[in-house]
Amino acid sequence: MSGILVVQEARKDGNTRAFQETLAAGRVLAGYTGLEIEAAGVGDSNSNLFAEFIGPPPAAAHAIEHPLLSRYTSDGYVLAFEQLIRKLQPAYAVFPHSYQARDFVPRLATRFSQALISDVTAIESGPAFVRQLFQGKMNAVYRHPGGGPCFVSIQSGAFRPDGTSGGVTTIDHFTPEIDAAQIRTRPGDPFRASAQTVDLGSAQRIVGVGRGIKDAANLPLVQDLASALGAELAASRPICDNGWLPMERQVGSSGQTVAPKLYVAAGISGAIQHLVGIKGSQCIVAINKDRDAPIFEVADYGIAGDLFEVLPALTAAVKKAK
Amino acid sequence: MTDMKIIVAIKQVPERDAPLRIDSAAQWIGESGLRYAMNEPDAYALEEALRLKESAGTEGEVVAVSAGPERVGTTLREALAKGADRAIHIVCGDLASRDALAVARLLAAAIQPENPSLVLTGLQSEDLGQGQTGVILAELLGLPHASLIVQAEMTATGLKVKRELEEGWFQFIELPAPAVLTIQSGGNKLRYATLMGIKRAKTKPVRTLAAADLGLASAPAVILDQVTLPQKQKSTQMLSGSAEEAAAALVEKLKFEAKVL
Repeated sequence: MSGILVVQEARKDGNTRAFQETLAAGRVLAGYTGLEIEAAGVGDSNSNLFAEFIGPPPAAAHAIEHPLLSRYTSDGYVLAFEQLIRKLQPAYAVFPHSYQARDFVPRLATRFSQALISDVTAIESGPAFVRQLFQGKMNAVYRHPGGGPCFVSIQSGAFRPDGTSGGVTTIDHFTPEIDAAQIRTRPGDPFRASAQTVDLGSAQRIVGVGRGIKDAANLPLVQDLASALGAELAASRPICDNGWLPMERQVGSSGQTVAPKLYVAAGISGAIQHLVGIKGSQCIVAINKDRDAPIFEVADYGIAGDLFEVLPALTAAVKKAK
Repeated sequence: MTDMKIIVAIKQVPERDAPLRIDSAAQWIGESGLRYAMNEPDAYALEEALRLKESAGTEGEVVAVSAGPERVGTTLREALAKGADRAIHIVCGDLASRDALAVARLLAAAIQPENPSLVLTGLQSEDLGQGQTGVILAELLGLPHASLIVQAEMTATGLKVKRELEEGWFQFIELPAPAVLTIQSGGNKLRYATLMGIKRAKTKPVRTLAAADLGLASAPAVILDQVTLPQKQKSTQMLSGSAEEAAAALVEKLKFEAKVL
């Protein structure tokens, strides 16, 4: 095909938002290269793997089918995609930057003596691929020198699926050769560590706290602000890792995704893993002593200052305004 | 069973709060005057390795390996101070210009002759954040792997690990050893180096290997062409003045402009 292969992650619920975004990224790439897009994913004939495409459908879709792929394993997926890619010989293979893709695509790319350009946020002419460095403090522009497929994974929320849906495409069924002995890992069923009792997803106001708070003993400063605002308390990963707040209050790629009217980020630098969780917020306020912290790139209002002075002042100002 | 030998691949990265600037060629950051630290997920990988060795109770060994220039030696000493038994330093002055595959090839060449029972590394680095080294290493070493691991235990047949999935979900995975695990932050509490540990570290062996001796330089698979400053996604209104003034101005804005209070 020598085109662009856009990969869909197998989920029971059919096409995911991530796939539509990956497809949108594929179209940007197609715009720069003039190449045709095809889609691929693991799923049997009964799954609604390619049931819906937002925007123009791909030229073809390849449904990878094998009983040994019914449950995700890196070994199984590497074998399956390796065989499909050798058969199709795409110039680009584009994946969603999901936990699953992170688990097997670097290994897959290595089989082609390639390196994945991971977590891409933008595609420019060239084509050039933009991704973040230093937890969002810098960007890097990557190029592929050619000679073999270029593997790319796309950051969640970076490309917007656009257009009408309803287009259909021809589905090609592909059965890879996999032997049970080649699959070395035995995955168990997914489970939740504890019943989620805090639903941050529906909170209207949230105060999120990050490393800047320095010590668990300082948490009352954010708790006071949260109660003055009538807000839920949330945290970035390091706070929960330290056990200062329970895991169920974690916001970001490994925690909850929130969409409040107001999100106050206190002492949160704005690593991408946190930002993907707060993108849906209507209004973001950032308080951070580092004026160059990436959180200010997404904030509507910012105060570059000392958390320990600003938080009490803000709590007092909120109380006064009521 | 032979003694357990755990290799931990560790990266040295700029300190989290270090002020960064783009270098004159705009292909990396200016490194002079920067302070460096152990990549945090790698610190968790080291912690997991030390715990596995301790819980096995048999004679075992934890070996820290890192690639980079001379300054990487301080991070390896830190690993030794925390309890690693010895270290391997792959001396390499141009780490930043090598892609993930090339770096993993260096590490694999150093690790292969060690015949480890287990290889651990952090799930990603805080500088490049590509999240690939461990998974590529597994492929190069011909070993199974599991990524984003928050807990690991040795079993009669190999390993049982707890893997983090998205949005608060987890799963257990069983896999044979030797294997490669990439470790997610937060699974354990990190230990501090004790005074005794720091003292002992000075006498523990650090072997240096020259990157050039570890195999052929191959053409890069991907090229980091340019480092740029991110574009603002929103126009942020910065509120200045004293803490009180900024706070009052913010409340005003939230109430009457954003209408979210």
